[in-house]
Amino acid sequence: MAARIQIPPKAKPGEIIEIRVLIQHPMETGYRQDDVGHPIKRNVINVLSCRYNGVEVFRADLSSGIAANPYIQFYAVADQSGELEFTWIDDEGKQGSERQSIEVAA
Amino acid sequence: MKRLALAAALLVAPHLFGGNAVAQERAIPLENLKSGSAFLGDDLRSLQNDDFANPGMLWVERGEKLWSEPAGRTKQSCSSCHQDAKVSMRGVAARYPKIDAESGRLLDLEGRINLCRARRMGAEPFKYESEGLLALTAYVARQSKGMPMNVSIMGAARPRFDAGEKAYHLRRGQMNLSCAHCHEANWGKRLLSETISQGQPNGYPAYRMEWQTLGSLERRLRACLSGIRAQMLPYGSPEYLDLELYLAWRAQGLPIETPGVRR
Repeated sequence: MAARIQIPPKAKPGEIIEIRVLIQHPMETGYRQDDVGHPIKRNVINVLSCRYNGVEVFRADLSSGIAANPYIQFYAVADQSGELEFTWIDDEGKQGSERQSIEVAA
Repeated sequence: MKRLALAAALLVAPHLFGGNAVAQERAIPLENLKSGSAFLGDDLRSLQNDDFANPGMLWVERGEKLWSEPAGRTKQSCSSCHQDAKVSMRGVAARYPKIDAESGRLLDLEGRINLCRARRMGAEPFKYESEGLLALTAYVARQSKGMPMNVSIMGAARPRFDAGEKAYHLRRGQMNLSCAHCHEANWGKRLLSETISQGQPNGYPAYRMEWQTLGSLERRLRACLSGIRAQMLPYGSPEYLDLELYLAWRAQGLPIETPGVRR
């Protein structure tokens, strides 16, 4: 699962940072049928979580109705230098993760 | 602003943009050309212009990796010959479809990539609409972002261009429509909830909301054929290539936007 993550590489302490995530995923709704009429099983990313130095700062429970290749944007307060870890999992149990580091200094 | 400047440049110096094509009569004058993105809502247009959130960039990134990944018998990658795509591929997409000098065949970017794989790398050609082919095509075309479309319709390309022009004006399907009926006679008007575009190819491969994925220009042409209830030609039919050449000539001067975002 390819993904793109964008966070500012540097921030001031207490600054609100914008976090952008784009994940390649078909987000199969479960409501569609294939060419011969068999239902196509739902397969969506059902959880996306972001940990900042090990502490979860954001979590989203996704379901049918989110477009393919979901784009998610949220905010966090830059606290201290460290690492943001993004993990997600889909209905088939496939997991993805990405890490990005941030430098926080006045 | 950029578009205005470009239009002005076209008015002053048409010979700069492929003088060979000026003699051919144009249904839509160069200064009235509008990219498909001009017919989008603000939301999709800003999604296309956002280099991070544009979903097509997922394929461009994958293509960047594939560019230097060895494949085939010779264990060579694209970069073995072409080095840095940012330099070597700049402006290339603007000149395609193009006649391959060695074989005399008309090739679009996809065809060129697959020919390179067969001829230089000894690798299996990618399948039509496969992730690898879309990714590499999008990556190569991306290197020409902002450059004006400028194909040659001279020499061996001429008969293919003429065939493309004919195909463009051929009535087809149960609705008995040609491409021109929508995209030349009625662009800018409404078709149900949508505004009919000029049918310009400068954003392809493009991410279409209807597909929820990236797709080639050929796939888009097939969608049009199905829309007018005509028989879809199989992938790789020469008629698609003729049409692609005609469309590229028709879009002369429009900046490349790959990966475009379309409805």
